[in-house]
Amino acid sequence: MSAAEGAAVTDGTTVARAAAPGTGAGTSATPVARGGPAAPLLEIADLHVHFRQRGQDVAAVNGLSYATEAGRTLAIIGESGSGKTVSSRAIVGLLPPSAKVTGSIRFLGEELIGLPEPQMRRHRGPDIAMVFQDPARSLHPTMRIGQQIVEAIRAHLPLDRKAARERAVELLRLVRLPAAERRYEEYPHQLSGGMRQRVMIAIALACKPKLLIADEATTALDVTTQAQVMELLLDLQQQLGMALVMISHDMGLAATYADEVIVMYAGRAVERATTAELFSHVRMPYTKALLEAVPRIDRPAHARLPVVEGRPPDLSALPPGCAFAPRCPGAQDDCRESRPPLEEHEPGHLWACWHPCMGGRQP
Amino acid sequence: MTTVATGPGTDARAQWPDPGSVLLDAHHLVQEFVVRDHGGVKGGVVQAVSDVSFEVRAGETLGVVGETGSGKSTLARSVLQAPRPKSGEVYLQGVDLVKLHGRELLETRRHMQMVFQDPFGSLDPKWKVAEIVEEPLVAYGAGDRAARRKRVGELLDLVGLDPARYGARRPRQLSGGQCQRVAIARALALNPALIICDEAVSSLDVLVQAQVLNLFEQLRDEFALSYLFIAHDLALVKQVSDRVAVMYLGKLCEVGPAQSIYLEPFHPYTLALLDSIPSPDPSKARARGHHTISGEPPSPIDPPSGCRFRTRCPRAQERCALEEPEMRTLGHDHAVACHFPLPRRVAGGEATDPTTAAPAAGSA
Repeated sequence: MSAAEGAAVTDGTTVARAAAPGTGAGTSATPVARGGPAAPLLEIADLHVHFRQRGQDVAAVNGLSYATEAGRTLAIIGESGSGKTVSSRAIVGLLPPSAKVTGSIRFLGEELIGLPEPQMRRHRGPDIAMVFQDPARSLHPTMRIGQQIVEAIRAHLPLDRKAARERAVELLRLVRLPAAERRYEEYPHQLSGGMRQRVMIAIALACKPKLLIADEATTALDVTTQAQVMELLLDLQQQLGMALVMISHDMGLAATYADEVIVMYAGRAVERATTAELFSHVRMPYTKALLEAVPRIDRPAHARLPVVEGRPPDLSALPPGCAFAPRCPGAQDDCRESRPPLEEHEPGHLWACWHPCMGGRQP
Repeated sequence: MTTVATGPGTDARAQWPDPGSVLLDAHHLVQEFVVRDHGGVKGGVVQAVSDVSFEVRAGETLGVVGETGSGKSTLARSVLQAPRPKSGEVYLQGVDLVKLHGRELLETRRHMQMVFQDPFGSLDPKWKVAEIVEEPLVAYGAGDRAARRKRVGELLDLVGLDPARYGARRPRQLSGGQCQRVAIARALALNPALIICDEAVSSLDVLVQAQVLNLFEQLRDEFALSYLFIAHDLALVKQVSDRVAVMYLGKLCEVGPAQSIYLEPFHPYTLALLDSIPSPDPSKARARGHHTISGEPPSPIDPPSGCRFRTRCPRAQERCALEEPEMRTLGHDHAVACHFPLPRRVAGGEATDPTTAAPAAGSA
């Protein structure tokens, strides 16, 4: 992981905690968006995020573009330092002040980049909400669960204490927290990791967001709990008509739950397709490497994994060509000289590679 | 890599037995921790490991899989006598470690080494890589200074780190994968017979994880190492293990050959774990929500009576609350602790839904 992302994540966590009540910003009057074909719910174009770190310019995100609609689940997959978290924090405006964000992030047609904090705050909650990886650090440790949800609700909804309390309990039931009434009075440390994550989801849903960003939301959970939380997220998505962006390093999670997948490497999208298309016809050698390296239950014992050597590139000195070329088994001279753009080569399937794997084999 | 075998302390393993014989044998291990409330009042006893017996055979990898709080890490530490288990026996090559003290224990324990999850947290940040790897050699007085230096170079080479380039670095100058390689080199320094990996690759990115897993396999081949491989990821455990033990709330549910645990699980919890794994192959993607179990593990301070899984088990019946299921052998080398084990799967077919299938009490 690059130092840049490390810094971004650390800063972001503190920002996130401070802003936790703010995730419930806005008015309740906003109806749930259905995302008509006219303006996409979320449209990101040529997003760049740079950090200054020890006098060096660290390019965390380098020209990311995608769009997503209400009711869709988009998975953004990548390793540490691929820019998946930084690009998502840019959407909610939760990057440290040292981050230089350029490009365009449009939410229902409105530009979010450069929006002053008070206006940005109005979007967090009824429009966009985020669930983070570490529920223990995202919740206030000495505040009762219920109070934290009430704070999120009352920060922006014109509800009195009693109504807000009722709404909070309702939310806890919505996220299927057992004994919601009792949990309302408890502190975060009295809850298990899975339950805390449910509370975080309840806070995120307090104002019925149109877009929910789940940043490794189930990574810290056990596999059976992860399955429960993912099912819950997808159910709620259907119920509320949200768009869901799930950020993960787990290919299996994306294959099981997402409609569409974007694979990121060194701050760029390198492959994008519907889940069924991507996992049946992998084109980008990096995606292929990721897929092959995943431990699989159906592999014989002690089987050696196909590995790519080396490490992700230094984000302060990206190579001129394809960022994956130094590690790519199929790299050729043109890969090192010029960077392949992300283009639609097959209907609905985009990749950024001069020599893609066709039919699962290197050409 | 044969040069490594000439290093100090290498003859130790010459005494180890043929592949397949029992290397580590744990009997009825029990580990409990007292929880203190305010004012030091005894608040309860965490039954972290409750009567667990298992064996690791020479040259094999035994995988232990379980969720948070299942007691898998405590189990590993009980084996190492750090801290000592409350009761039970741990035989390493027929010698009961529980009965050993002081120097004897240290001498025997050198044959078991551990690799931990957090690659940064398990290395002293102020030490140089070469010093970290040399430490066990110093501690056990293996060879003189020059011999130790030579051995450190060999070990770093072995784990794929250039000694000239990395020897003088400190942990913070390394990536997570490189730190884990240093930890592995340190574990190998005394030529152990058994390496205990506690979530050793869980915090690594998938491409780095694959590199480290391959390193484990390479070392296994070269030195006939045995592993006790502990992880929460069943797919990962299945891939590296000859046999797999499934743990739930301080107890073993099922132990058997990795392949038959995967193809023919007997315990409903094993099936639930298998079905919770998201597969990266959409053609094999399970029907969502099919076998997932509800609820979360109960507290190990007050575990359920009888079978500890019964509160979440779709097959649970009255008997499960009254009577604790004994571990019994159902298939070849395959044992399960369940009153109502799952019926055998049809070869190559889907599992019978445990919620609708008639309970095949003891007949599977």
